[in-house]
Amino acid sequence: MSDPRPSLAVFKFASCDGCQLTLLAAEDELLLLAEKLHVAYFLEASSDRGPGPYTIGLVEGSITTAEDAARIRQIRQQCKYLITIGACATAGGIQALRNWADCDEFVRAVYAHPEYIRTLRTSTAIADHVPVDFELRGCPINKYQLLEVLRSLLGDVRPRTPAESVCLGCKRAGNVCVTVAQGIPCLGPVTQAGCGALCPKYDRGCYGCYGPAQQANLVSLSNHTLAAGTPPDVLLPLLRNFNGYAPEFRAEYDRLANGGAAHPTATGETP
Amino acid sequence: MTSEPRRIRVEALTRVEGEGGLYVRVRGDQVEEVRLEIYEPPRLFEALLRGRSFQEVPDITARICGICPVAYQMSTVHAIESAFGCAPGPEIRRLRRLLYCGEWIESHALHVHMLHAPDFLGYPSGLAMAADFPEEIKRGLRLKKHGNQLLELFGGRAVHPINVAVGGFYRLPDTSDAARLIPDFEWGLQAAIDATRWVASFDFADFDQPYEFVALSHPAEYPMNEGRIVSSQGMDISAQDFAAEFTEYQQPHSTALFCGRGAAQTHYLVGPLARLNLNLERLAPEALRLAEEVGVTRPCANPYRSIIARGLEIVHAYAEALSILKTYERPRAPRIEVRPRASSGAAVTEAPRGLLYHRFELDADGLVREATIIPPTSQNQAQIEADLRSLVSARVARPDEEIARDCERLVRSYDPCISCSTHFLKLDMVRT
Repeated sequence: MSDPRPSLAVFKFASCDGCQLTLLAAEDELLLLAEKLHVAYFLEASSDRGPGPYTIGLVEGSITTAEDAARIRQIRQQCKYLITIGACATAGGIQALRNWADCDEFVRAVYAHPEYIRTLRTSTAIADHVPVDFELRGCPINKYQLLEVLRSLLGDVRPRTPAESVCLGCKRAGNVCVTVAQGIPCLGPVTQAGCGALCPKYDRGCYGCYGPAQQANLVSLSNHTLAAGTPPDVLLPLLRNFNGYAPEFRAEYDRLANGGAAHPTATGETP
Repeated sequence: MTSEPRRIRVEALTRVEGEGGLYVRVRGDQVEEVRLEIYEPPRLFEALLRGRSFQEVPDITARICGICPVAYQMSTVHAIESAFGCAPGPEIRRLRRLLYCGEWIESHALHVHMLHAPDFLGYPSGLAMAADFPEEIKRGLRLKKHGNQLLELFGGRAVHPINVAVGGFYRLPDTSDAARLIPDFEWGLQAAIDATRWVASFDFADFDQPYEFVALSHPAEYPMNEGRIVSSQGMDISAQDFAAEFTEYQQPHSTALFCGRGAAQTHYLVGPLARLNLNLERLAPEALRLAEEVGVTRPCANPYRSIIARGLEIVHAYAEALSILKTYERPRAPRIEVRPRASSGAAVTEAPRGLLYHRFELDADGLVREATIIPPTSQNQAQIEADLRSLVSARVARPDEEIARDCERLVRSYDPCISCSTHFLKLDMVRT
């Protein structure tokens, strides 16, 4: 007897569980959602482990082991729509800081017996390994955006999330710009919306946890931030945190670290 | 007893945060080896924190765990403040407790209703239970939502709050916004009492274990952010002395480090059951009365009954949150000024799952030179293995499937957070 409802599976790779928890945090919608979708595989929530194929696969986490690199390929074959959720799955996450470091030294710093530990030298996004149908951004993702993505997929509609920057959220919320008014460095102009312009609302600068916005002008933002007196050793770590391995943030970090010379991929340099 | 080796594999432990495996080897009726195998790929936080500024650290350590980010932020800010020799005043202190109440409520309500209760009632999940227990599940989800609302107001969001700073908060909410939560929390206090009565009526298998309980203890309050580390065997130390008393060690089968106490590296129990046993009389009056009513007596050393301890802690967190919300007035300054200095500092706070130790060494600019983080599940690992050994020994004659199921239930009663400690629980049982 097969269930006529579309099926949902949730898979975890290297991550904190926070993005899949967002699904359980949809307290008001969860029971309704469970009527429309057959939750076939969701280890954190259920002991039922329904076999694939699945209509929708949500993937949390980044690829950091050879086993996981093989596992994501199998999962891709099992899922009609493969959706990545969160900064780890879309950009490698905070654990991608190892990509710039000596990973063996990292392991030695944490473990007395590094020989027991098997890990790849890099933490990479799911899309670096398999084709992905839609990437939902955020560290963590936004519950309403996740529900919107699921609704779209249930209606066979391509999911969309606003591609605008956090700045527009601030304008709508009536937040006073923390950069203009207080000189606080803020990645809002180059970061994709989705968080509700949260950090500026709480009197602090955006630290880019939703990753680069489309057509973000990073060079211009760096120029402004540095000219306004923020030292490079404050701006650089901002670019290299939860989405640091996203290509746009990475390119701008490298450009600044190399003395600010124009990076081949950097565009939109202001005069 | 079989002469041929038998291997049983359960693909993954479910209804826990993260993934791990179990390995049991039985010869005849002797349990030779029990291992909790944690395959969670290491994310190497202690290494990647080096060189980061103290101001970024609470945002980064939060990412260790999406279920208890506030716990990481709290241990972080206390450890850094201890290094810098500064301490926020009583207002900030109360609001940190308030934020922690939000996390205890959402984390415990999730575990009690969606993860643990299905074991007692014979369902694969909380979602599957909802058809037969609609009121209980809806009530549980509403409790969880309240915890999240508190985190959203004082932390900015429920997962990875953005409002926790070394020295206090970035911006505190208006008095009127906090007051708006009060009616829901008044409802929730009673609902949490009803939920605890409900879980206390479940059937509990006899399984008392000879635990050494370890938790924070504070003379005036149920422990969250501050206190001395005490144990049921008389240990009484400060957080700064943690490293002298507890030793981390590594086993080949786990990417989570173990932690043992004393020279013999003995195992011990942290978490709601340990806290309750060591601090019962400091529960809020509503929770203490309820503990008596549902028959909690010390020592309460049955791991399955931790669901009652979680219920009582939800009640406590509601009572405490209400009293803080009712007297809340937005402080003049959200945080104190913090001046970095080259130093080191340690702190322990009570995560929903138990003792969470952080130690940082920082340079004169406030950049991290060295970080040590010991999560509760790492500390419970050896105790979980000891409990599993005792469980399998007592039931060795039972069929493998039944033992597998019982082992999984036992592990689940700890509410292990394998993402924290590092994840794939596979039951791999070998009988020879």
